[in-house]
Amino acid sequence: MKSWRTSSIRHSNAPLLAVLCALVLLAAGLSMCLGSALIAPGDILPALLGEPVSAAARIIRYARLPRTCACLLAGSALAVSGAVIQSVLGNPLAAPNIIGVSSGAGLAAALCGALAPAAAAAVPIAAFGGALLAVLLVLFIAERTGASKLTLVLAGAAVSGMFSAATDAVVTFVPDALNGYSDFRIGGVANLAMSRIIPAFWVILAAMLLVFSLAGELDVLLLGADTAQSLGLRAKPLRLILLALAAALAGAAVSFSGLLGFVGLIVPHIMRRLIGEDSRPLLCGCALGGAVTLTLCDLAARLLFAPYELPVGIVLSLAGGPFFIWLLLRQRGGRVHD
Amino acid sequence: MIELEHLCAGYGGRDVVHDVTLSFCPGRVLALLGPNGCGKSTLLRAALGLGSRSGGRVLMDGIPLESLPLRERARKAAYLAQSRTVPNITARRMVLHGRFPHLSYPRHYRKEDDEAVDRALDWADARDIASCPMGELSGGQRQKVYLAMTLAQEAPTVLMDEPTTFLDVGHQLEVMAVARRLADAGRAVVMVLHDLPLALRGADDIALLSEGRLVICGTAEEVYASGELDRVFGVALRRVETDAGWQYYYG
Repeated sequence: MKSWRTSSIRHSNAPLLAVLCALVLLAAGLSMCLGSALIAPGDILPALLGEPVSAAARIIRYARLPRTCACLLAGSALAVSGAVIQSVLGNPLAAPNIIGVSSGAGLAAALCGALAPAAAAAVPIAAFGGALLAVLLVLFIAERTGASKLTLVLAGAAVSGMFSAATDAVVTFVPDALNGYSDFRIGGVANLAMSRIIPAFWVILAAMLLVFSLAGELDVLLLGADTAQSLGLRAKPLRLILLALAAALAGAAVSFSGLLGFVGLIVPHIMRRLIGEDSRPLLCGCALGGAVTLTLCDLAARLLFAPYELPVGIVLSLAGGPFFIWLLLRQRGGRVHD
Repeated sequence: MIELEHLCAGYGGRDVVHDVTLSFCPGRVLALLGPNGCGKSTLLRAALGLGSRSGGRVLMDGIPLESLPLRERARKAAYLAQSRTVPNITARRMVLHGRFPHLSYPRHYRKEDDEAVDRALDWADARDIASCPMGELSGGQRQKVYLAMTLAQEAPTVLMDEPTTFLDVGHQLEVMAVARRLADAGRAVVMVLHDLPLALRGADDIALLSEGRLVICGTAEEVYASGELDRVFGVALRRVETDAGWQYYYG
């Protein structure tokens, strides 16, 4: 167990990241081709570039492309968000859905849909606001109580529960606030239009670039507050900035994909084992691994019970839950983080 | 050089260190001694601007601490904290973190940083374990890596909080030898120690704290002769002269 955990960090991470890149391309390609209608790989590029006249081209342009983009984008955003939250809080149990970030974003998205149904572009921004509020609440509670790992998760569960209940209340009064509400709760990427993804894309891109540029700071933060500060790092504001970026990532992803749970918890865990805790390669691994995981889960959701489709969130939890439990059982007696 | 003037500091609204005036001089190894809870760590932390200072002044090279940005402070003084996390990275990556105050955003390591890391690894005698993951190292080896990280900062003052605690005798002596070489190279070395004989043999100067106050500060010889160590710790410290100099023991 121990050797599996640490042996890989001796070597360069480049081969692993290259494999992950290849997997992203493969998964994206499969996601474009497979589904209720099979499409030949050769038809993809013409359909994307030219006028969509044929039925296949229309499927690609209006169904498969947004769906694939949504998976890649939400998967990598949630995984990176989870990795950042875990590192900053020093808590392997933390993840966007566990500390209430996702449900905060969900509530904000619901409010946005209820109050300003026409403003689709505002949803990612609102979701970011909701996610940020949740992060700040949890951080505040944690700081007041001395930030024990258990308290943090409990505080997150409480915040998460409150926001979910509030979301339910909004949807009760304004049933159209989140169109396809059951999909939103489970998390799904079917029937999305590119116009819903693009605003979130810009938020995610900006937050991702900032997070990657702060990888060195994140590394030093892992050494503990005293050491970090003696190395010239202002730990408190940096924590806030990083958590805000994690909130932006998760919020933007939730704004179009709904409350997808496990990606943000499991992918960072796997990557930590494969790559170690060196932040730059770890974050790269999470971005790629998250994209692959969600795309493959969505493929499974489409194909397993064809012609019926499951929302991807169900597949993710059904596959991710047991995998996570297996991880926990393997490390029995070992320590995850310290 | 760091100078403390009438320093008062504590945590949780309570003063632990009272009115301490003390200088960390280049070329000297200063051992900070005192019973548990007497404020040694708080003193070191306050000297770096960590934790809260409730009175007095801290000067770094004659400049008041609060007018120095954190990065400047980090270039003047390195700190080996008492609590040391073990991230899942290689020892060399760990030591590279010591270069942080010398990098500007977005923190790309330069050739000179690698050279500084190599020097620090040599200083701490940790070259051979540089490629090992932190998680696979023994306590003594980890300590070497932490020491190397502190040295990679290449600051003229090096503060170490209990650098020898939990180490076996061999590793303790190695840490003291590193401290000696650093001082000989012109750096000011301050270390919190618990082992009185180790401190008396290895340090040039000794500052003895009791209940947050500085009892005495002088050369090891002066402090031994004053008998204050015996009084503060409630022990009977004795010494015999050997070929290798004075050897101290508890009588």
